[in-house]
This record gives sequence, C-alpha cells and structure tokens, in this order.
Amino acid sequence: MALMNMVSALNLAMDDALREDDSVVLLGQDIGVDEGVFRVTANLLKRYGDRRVIDTPLAEGAIVGGAVGMALYGLKPVAEMQFSGFAYQAFHQVEQHVSRFRNRTRGRYGMPLVVRMPYGGGIRAVEHHSESREAYYAHTPGLHMVIPSTPRNARALLLESIRHPDPVIFFEPKAVYRAFKEEVPEAPETMPLGKAQVVREGSDITLIAYGAMMRPTLEAADDLTEVDGVSAEVVDLLTVSPMDTETIVNSVAKTGRAVVIHEGPRRCGIGAEVVARIVENALTELEAPVRRLTGYDVQFPYFARERAFLPNADRIAHAAREVLEFQC
Amino acid sequence: MPRKEIKIKPKVEYLSILTGNGKLDEALDPNLDADKSLYIYRLMVTARRLDERCINMQRQGRIGTYGPCRGQEAAHCASTIVMDKDDWVVAAFREPGSFYHRGWPLETVLRFWGGYEEGCRPPEDVNDLPIAVPIGSQTVHAMGIAWAMKIRGDNHAVLCYCGDGGTSEGDFHEAMNFAGVYHLPVIFFIQNNQWAISVPREAQTASETIAQKALAYGFDGLQLDGNDPLAVYVGTKEAVDRAKSDGGPSLIEAVTYRLSVHTTADDPTKYRDREEVEKWEKLDPIPRYERYLTQRGILDQKLMEEIEREVLSEVAAGVERYEAGRDVDPLDCFDYMYAELPKDLVDQRDEFKAALVREGIGLGH
Repeated sequence: MALMNMVSALNLAMDDALREDDSVVLLGQDIGVDEGVFRVTANLLKRYGDRRVIDTPLAEGAIVGGAVGMALYGLKPVAEMQFSGFAYQAFHQVEQHVSRFRNRTRGRYGMPLVVRMPYGGGIRAVEHHSESREAYYAHTPGLHMVIPSTPRNARALLLESIRHPDPVIFFEPKAVYRAFKEEVPEAPETMPLGKAQVVREGSDITLIAYGAMMRPTLEAADDLTEVDGVSAEVVDLLTVSPMDTETIVNSVAKTGRAVVIHEGPRRCGIGAEVVARIVENALTELEAPVRRLTGYDVQFPYFARERAFLPNADRIAHAAREVLEFQC
Repeated sequence: MPRKEIKIKPKVEYLSILTGNGKLDEALDPNLDADKSLYIYRLMVTARRLDERCINMQRQGRIGTYGPCRGQEAAHCASTIVMDKDDWVVAAFREPGSFYHRGWPLETVLRFWGGYEEGCRPPEDVNDLPIAVPIGSQTVHAMGIAWAMKIRGDNHAVLCYCGDGGTSEGDFHEAMNFAGVYHLPVIFFIQNNQWAISVPREAQTASETIAQKALAYGFDGLQLDGNDPLAVYVGTKEAVDRAKSDGGPSLIEAVTYRLSVHTTADDPTKYRDREEVEKWEKLDPIPRYERYLTQRGILDQKLMEEIEREVLSEVAAGVERYEAGRDVDPLDCFDYMYAELPKDLVDQRDEFKAALVREGIGLGH
C-alpha cells in the first residue's frame, strides 16, 4: 500500500498496463515530454519510450480516429483528451466509429481503446475547461462511461478499462486530482465496469452520486447523521453507463427516499436516468418523490461564479432534508 | 532581408500512360504481363457488371439505396491490386472492385446495400475496413493503422480511398498532417470524380489540384489520369514501394468522373449538363483499356465475350447467394454490441424478444 493522490493512482494504472501488455500505447497532446498538463503521465515516456507514449499534434479527431486504426490493427490505445471540453472535435469519431465497429463488423473487429479526459468544475479554469457532459457518452450505445471518485477506484477502474475488450470513455474528476490521498495497493488491482458501490450504509435515505460529487455527498451524509440523526446510504455509480440498476434499486427499496447528485445539466442527465430506473423498478417502495440536485440547464459559468454554482454539501443535505420531510 | 520565393521540397506531378484512344506512352509502360493486364480488365468488368446489377436490384426493391462506381473502375481496381495480402485497404464507398479483389464474397458486398450489417464483416483472412459512410472519416483510421504498423515495426502499407468531397473534411486534414508528422506508410488515394453530389470539384476547393494539398503536409502529391489503369497502377505502385521503404505517405489524386448518379436516390440532371457527361463517356476507362489490350494482341472479341459470360455468371451466383441469405434474426442486434452483454442490455433483449414472439416476428423481418 502507498498513500497517493488520484494523479499518481492514474499514473500507476497506466504504468501497470504499459508494463504488462506491450500492445498498450498512450497518445495525446503534451503527454510525453511535458508528462501531461496535470502530470498524469509523469515518467511514462522515460520508462517506455516514444513508440508507446506518443506526443501528438493538436487534433482530437486524429487522436481518437488514429486510436481507432491502432485498435483495429491490434494495439490497445489509451488516448488522452487534454480537457473533455475539447473532445467534441473527436465526438464524431466516438459516435460514428468507436462505438460501432464491433457491432457493424459482427464482432470481427473489437474496439479495445480508452479515451481519458479530465472533466468538471472547481479548479478556476478558463472557459470550456469545467463542463460535465458525461450524458452525451452515456447516451451512446456501445460505450462504457466510467467516472472514478477516489485514488484507489481510479487506479482499479482505469486498469480494468485498459484491459477491457470494449471502448471506455474515462472521465477523470480534475477537482479530485490532488484533493486528497488514499492508500492504493502496489500490486495491480481492478474493479469490474458496470458496477456501482454502496460506499456508506444507511437506512433512511439514499444519496446517489459519482465522480467529484462524491466528496460533498459523503460530507452531507455525515452532516445528516450528526445534525439530524439521519442514517444516509451513499451509492457511488462509478460506471454511469451501462448503469447498475440493481445496486440503486436495492438501496432505494430499503430507504424509500433518494436524492441524485451530479454537476452536469439536469435535463436528460444521468440523474434523469437514475430516477427513471427507480420509478420503473421501485415506485411502490418510494415514500417521497426523488430529488435531483444537479447543475442547472445553463452554460457552466466562468470561474468567478463557479463556486456558487457547483452543488455542495449544504445543498445536498438541504435537498435530503426536504425529501426526508415529505409526507404522503 | 530579401523577400524571396520559398522552395518547397515535396513535388506534384501529373501522370498519364494511355491516351484517350488507348495509345501507349512506351517510355512509361509498366510492361505488365498478359495475365495481370487481363486480370485488371476482368476486375474492371466485374465492378461494372456488379454496379449495373445493383442499380437494377435497387429499382426492384431487392437492395436499398446504392452508390455506383460507373466510370471509376480503373481508379479503384488498378490501385487495389497493388496491395499485398498483409497490407490494408480502407474503402470509402465506391470501390466494389476493391472488395471483390481482396476476397470479399459478392454477396457480402450486396449485403451492405441490402441493409445487413453482415456486409461490413470482412472475411476472416482479410484485413480491410468495410465501407465508411461518414465522408472522409475513414482517413484517420487508415492513418492509425499505418501508425500501428510503424509502432510494431511491420513492413506493410495502407491504401485509403476518399473522394474529392472528402478532402474538405477536417478528418482528411488531420489524417494527412499526422501521416506527414509520423512519416507513416499510408497512401491517400483520392478518387476525384468531379462531383460531391451536387457540388462540383471547383466549388469544393480553391486548390488548382487536390494533389498539391500534399505539399502542405510535407510529402509528395501525384495527380494521375484515373481513367487510365496503367497510370493508376504505376502511380500507386510507386507510392506503395516508397511507403514500404520508409519513404512516408503519399497523396494520389485520380482524376476520373462519376458517370452515374451519386446514389440511386439522386437525380444529377438537376445540377449537371448532359454534354459534360457525354464528354467523359468518351473517356470511359473500360473501352479505352479494351482498345489498348486489343492493340497489344492479348484481347479479342472472343475473349471479351468469354470474360463477359464468366463475369455475368459470377455476379448472378453472388446475387443468388445474397438472396438465399436474407433471413436474419432481428434479436441479434444485441449480440455484437459488447464483448459481454451488460445486464441492462440483457433485460432489453428479453423485452425485445417477448415483443417479437408476441407479434409473431421471426427470421426474415
């Protein structure tokens, strides 16, 4: 075990993957000599050379489209988009090709690639660097949309994503990158994709979140216990698509009340999908309407307004109290 | 501090070996033997007859919308044959002769246009990509395959087709740029057929040639007569040989003409004159090449008729196999989505299955 932040944990996962499988290659802007703008790829060029850790020209479409070609030829590319806000220049490749190759060739070609990208607000970044648009990818059939929340699960999920035979869009909560440290095992460790986790047991209400929203959500849960004596269960989705319905529904069936929390816009967001699944599978267990505490359906503000805008522990606890107070 | 012209090392050339009448420029003659020369002819005739059959089948409702290659047989057939088995061919969508030559069964080619994903499944021993519908988006895949070849140290090359319209797409620029930067073994083969649906070549780009676009990316561009199979063969062979001796990428602009519709859903009389089509019909690659082969004494009326009979019967057999394989299970739309079907989709598959059973829908729908 070693105590490390998420940047080091992600770096460890890529180091594991590069070491264990010589078909793994990393490509992206500034990932080699500069070691990534967040230093997530530190030391990897030195260790594995420029045939496997490749600095590219500035073109998201060719990074992802080139990775498609590499995957077709038998490599396992891990592409980095410097920020998720610039991945739209590659979105056509993700939708038209990454997500489709296995199906349209009837399984002849798989698409074992990972597209990593930092997402989300909270680091006082310039325009286009703070959005949370995981719903675009979650809506696209054929992809896995994975969002870790801590150093340990980030390492385990990234390693599993690289080993996985299907394409994974891997969102890294950049607000969490250096926010805290956690013990991470030195030996390679993975977690299955498509599985949510109950990270805090409780009986009165379920708080469902993922990524950077996990920390304020856990803080809110503690606050509810300390201040109100409420026992809140917390579910970390980890993979937002395909979604683990069972873990969500089992928890809500137990507690009867739920709040879904995310940074991204509410309309057609991940929260809408979570609520739909609760309604479809556990309506009769509900004791109150499910609340969504999310980003609003407006453009993510420039950073002068971002702290006010982002969901925080107070708002999550407030929403939970409203749900708890609801009487049929 | 003078102001002076910058001399750029990469160059652009034009290549033509057969005249419009099938006369040969002997200095440039690749001296293909009789077998190879006739093979190219047979392949071009196969592409044409398949094309004609597909248009008929579309009119009869036996396949869906079809994009014909009429007039472009020399461009795609005489270039594809340069590639070795371990090389990769990345299609656009007007290259039926390429698929046929590479070993795709005719019924597989038909299945794509017939509305079946099975038409995108390359045969087990063929490393090619299926048709790419989003224009120009395949160029980055070809670049990525060549990149992987270079990373692996494999001495193969990639031939990538694209149209004149496709060169306006961002992907084309990005693919050319990366190919130049990493010095990749890829040949971008542009079938400039003068029309991207209703947009003529001169409205597509202000460049005098498409070939010259290579200069900006640091490699050579070659414009050639795309209706001259010998020029196509020679130009492609040079580019492939260069790619395999670490000479980097090439851009080839094959000047040709789409004699037919963009697709069977298109009416070209709306945007182009009959006179222009007639002018290009005189340059139809098949009669031109026939004249050349006849002058060389390796093709005569009897052999032409024999080839025609063989090709027609082969196409007919392909159509028959296509028609016999039309029953598919709608439920299998789930089967290839993921290596392992997620629980989510298992449930949806069950729901779909129940609906199919309830509605009595089975194979063939």
